[in-house]
Amino acid sequence: MAMSRDEIFQKIQGVLVDALGVDDDEVTTDATLMGDLGAESIDFLDIVFRLEKTFGIKVPREELFPAEGLLNNPELISGGKLTSKGLAELRAKVPHTDLTQFEKNPEISKLADLFTVDAIVNYIDGRLNRV
Amino acid sequence: MRWIWIDKFVEFESGRRAAAVKNVTLTEEHLHDHFPEFPIMPECLMIEAMAQTSGILVGEAHGFQEKVILAKISKAVFFNYVRPGDSLRLDAAIQTISPEGASTSGRILRGDELIAEIDLMFSHVDQNLAGKKFPEENFVFTGTFASLLRDMALNDTSLNAKPTESRG
Repeated sequence: MAMSRDEIFQKIQGVLVDALGVDDDEVTTDATLMGDLGAESIDFLDIVFRLEKTFGIKVPREELFPAEGLLNNPELISGGKLTSKGLAELRAKVPHTDLTQFEKNPEISKLADLFTVDAIVNYIDGRLNRV
Repeated sequence: MRWIWIDKFVEFESGRRAAAVKNVTLTEEHLHDHFPEFPIMPECLMIEAMAQTSGILVGEAHGFQEKVILAKISKAVFFNYVRPGDSLRLDAAIQTISPEGASTSGRILRGDELIAEIDLMFSHVDQNLAGKKFPEENFVFTGTFASLLRDMALNDTSLNAKPTESRG
């Protein structure tokens, strides 16, 4: 059953309100999970569990938050930035995320900014509607 | 989780749900100060009781092989005081469990009266902290917990098989 992006966003908004204890109006599409909504690492697992229940699909954590795995790989990071190999891996892992801003200055400290509400909407939209 | 804050399990369905009992007594010293002439069980200790009930349920689901750490209190709502002499029933259920951790829901009851609703998240800590080293031995589930499950006929005997340890 197809679900519109707006419906998906509203459900995700509910998930994030419950998981992170934030208000509805804080959960905007461009809000970052860690910076704006105060998510910590365990919250990512909580969000994954709640998304699975809400949408009735299996959500592998490394698919939804793929950049988490890159942070621990010294081959992909040099001088606090993702190497070109790292960027290539990231692009392959997050086809649902807009990387144009990040690619200009791929500092790993900015990776956290890629975890936006919109990225989750894109991921779920992709899973539900583009099979 | 090396101190025991519940008395025993009374129901246990592996990987699904469990119920434990906690009897509250005025011999618990903190009740003398919390509060003088008005002893009530601190709410944080109700959370601890639920964390032990749910945590053992989560640990047993994987044969007590994971180090199960309380990672998040998703919800804690309290509806009434708990007083010395009260017998609490702690109902815990696994909502989701994965290699990385688990989420649980829980209710504390005194008879038929709902006292609290406590939902928790647990981390399987070895699966989540890349690069950080923890001791090999499972410091969470030591033999001291075996007595809590004495009335339960569990297929899994890994906890009971361990010698009783006293550390810390």
